Amino acid sequence: MTVVSTTLGLFPLPDDARERLADLKGHQKEDLVSGDEAPDIEAVYDEARDDLLTRQADADLDRAVEGQARWDDMLAHPLAVHENVRTEGIVRYYDNNNFYRDPVVTGDLTHSGDLARDLERASALTDSLQAVVPGPYSLSRLATDDHYGSSQAFLAALGDFLAGEVESFPDAVETVFVLEPSLATESLDDGEDERAAAAIDTVAAATDAEVVVQSYWGTYGEKLHAHLLDTDVSALGYDLVTAHDDATYLVQEYGTLDSVSLGVVDGQNTLVESPDTIEERIEWFRDQIPVSEFDTVYATPNTELFYLPVNKFQAKLRALGALGGDRE
Amino acid sequence: MSENREQFRPPGHENDHFLLTTVVGSYPKPSWLNRARDLHDDPDSEFDDDDWREAQDDASRLITNEHERAGLDVVVDGEMRRNEMVEFFAHRIDGYEFNGPVKVWGHNYFDKPSVTDEVEYGESWLVSEYEFTASVADRPVKVPITGPYTLASWSFNEAYEDEEALAYDLADLVNEEIEKLVAAGARYIQIDEPALATTPDDHAIVGECLERIVSGIPDDVRIGLHVCYGDYSRIYPELLDFPVHELDLELANGDYDQLDVFKNPEFTKDLALGVVDAHVAEVESVEQIERNIQKGLEVVPPEQLTVSPDCGVKLLPREVAYGKMENLVTAARNVEAKLDSGELTPDLN
Repeated sequence: MTVVSTTLGLFPLPDDARERLADLKGHQKEDLVSGDEAPDIEAVYDEARDDLLTRQADADLDRAVEGQARWDDMLAHPLAVHENVRTEGIVRYYDNNNFYRDPVVTGDLTHSGDLARDLERASALTDSLQAVVPGPYSLSRLATDDHYGSSQAFLAALGDFLAGEVESFPDAVETVFVLEPSLATESLDDGEDERAAAAIDTVAAATDAEVVVQSYWGTYGEKLHAHLLDTDVSALGYDLVTAHDDATYLVQEYGTLDSVSLGVVDGQNTLVESPDTIEERIEWFRDQIPVSEFDTVYATPNTELFYLPVNKFQAKLRALGALGGDRE
Repeated sequence: MSENREQFRPPGHENDHFLLTTVVGSYPKPSWLNRARDLHDDPDSEFDDDDWREAQDDASRLITNEHERAGLDVVVDGEMRRNEMVEFFAHRIDGYEFNGPVKVWGHNYFDKPSVTDEVEYGESWLVSEYEFTASVADRPVKVPITGPYTLASWSFNEAYEDEEALAYDLADLVNEEIEKLVAAGARYIQIDEPALATTPDDHAIVGECLERIVSGIPDDVRIGLHVCYGDYSRIYPELLDFPVHELDLELANGDYDQLDVFKNPEFTKDLALGVVDAHVAEVESVEQIERNIQKGLEVVPPEQLTVSPDCGVKLLPREVAYGKMENLVTAARNVEAKLDSGELTPDLN
């Protein structure tokens, strides 16, 4: 079994980049990223990406993410910068004290290449690149449809859209994490769970990289879990910070895939877990389930790390980076 | 109706009816105060602590008087000494530490603190702010305090078993602070709990916090609770069980689409109704605000109605904030006169 230490994407902006971007872009809704930033702003993003990749290298993480310094709207970013989407008022990001622009889809979600461009730039800075994208179901819940006409059509369109984006990722991308918090925070109706899994499958089919579906703030319903196990993804992710018992029950009862991703570091608390504590959490999970031999265990925070101040974010990276390697 | 409300009716009030007018708390800071803060923060500047205190005193006096000039019955100083509603208090409570700013949205950040040890009452939080404001005010002064549930929810918890335990300890500290404020003469305290509306399942925790907060506080001290954002239907009628005299709600922003929530069962507290929108940078007309006030009269009779903006107005341009307050007072006095003359009859339904 190999433990791969990695993270879920969106990072806090380094202090210098935060201050410079605030000065260059402003603090209001209309000042958020649009996808056609001026060169001086793009230069700050490039420096921030370099900084965030250096921090991951220093922490010795096995897979490095791009850091998503441009993602002003958290998971809604790919839509917020799309030409067929208009952004409206500031709305709450899940049950957090964070907000993003409401993306209203007004036309076909054609391929944009926005994510691929950032990953291309990152691929020049690391040999172990991991991409992170929102899942189609979560994106459907974070956005407003003013074009496709039904929740089913909208979800399917988001699956196709994300597949198009993923397909254009550089070959250097080794893993794609698909973040799906809404799969845990909502109860999906009969049929909706199957459609969500199908949309994820569409995304997974678009790449040769390992695809990991990660949910958090709870875990999957039993039916949904079963549908996810039928997809072609490589691993399902479980939040062991907020839902360790429920997640373990699911795996005990229904099994999981050959690889697994475990949210073992609290992405929303400044208390920094020691490497020993993280190791214990992984071992605890393995002890609870009948078959504990996985090909790969991805060790991650349970959420994105942008909730943290920079010093604690860095400390969490180091704690995770102390993990990796092969195990018995 | 709370019996402690009449103490805020100004002497010689021209109408028989009385709609208590006030604000929620925060107000835009004069631009020179922000400049002064930058100077104070600059290690190369000669702008020292005494200069900074003088600037804050001047701003506090200025905004208190601005509230009086608008005609408000109960004033605050616009929270001129406070930077942010959690950070300000966390700096004064032992057990908190700061690690740096965290994102709220876009490039808007706040210095979210971490609780790293058992919280204890350190230096006084608001007594000197209250005493100064009261000394420069000719009207009664309200004291807004961030509530313990919000102080707990909007911090990182490294030290307590859970957020509930932290909130209860913080509630005991808030109680201690209010005792000091009452001893200093404060008669109107507003507990701000915006976090409640985002996590409605925790209303029982907020209720227990409030029980601790009001423990030993005399009945003539008016206690209000401000709750903004969110779906009120998930916390009403449970709000009525809270040991407070007044509930202060944000309803103008949603064009009163949640008003019916409060009609059944009967609203038994005093209602502090938001009648101007804190998130719209245009001044509502007096006529519009009169119509908004009448929305409140669908829920409570005039003797239970307080009139205020939806929320703190610190994000508005200052002239807009002032315009809203001025029109709010004019509208309230107009509605009082119409109630006196019988032109307007409360229409509870």
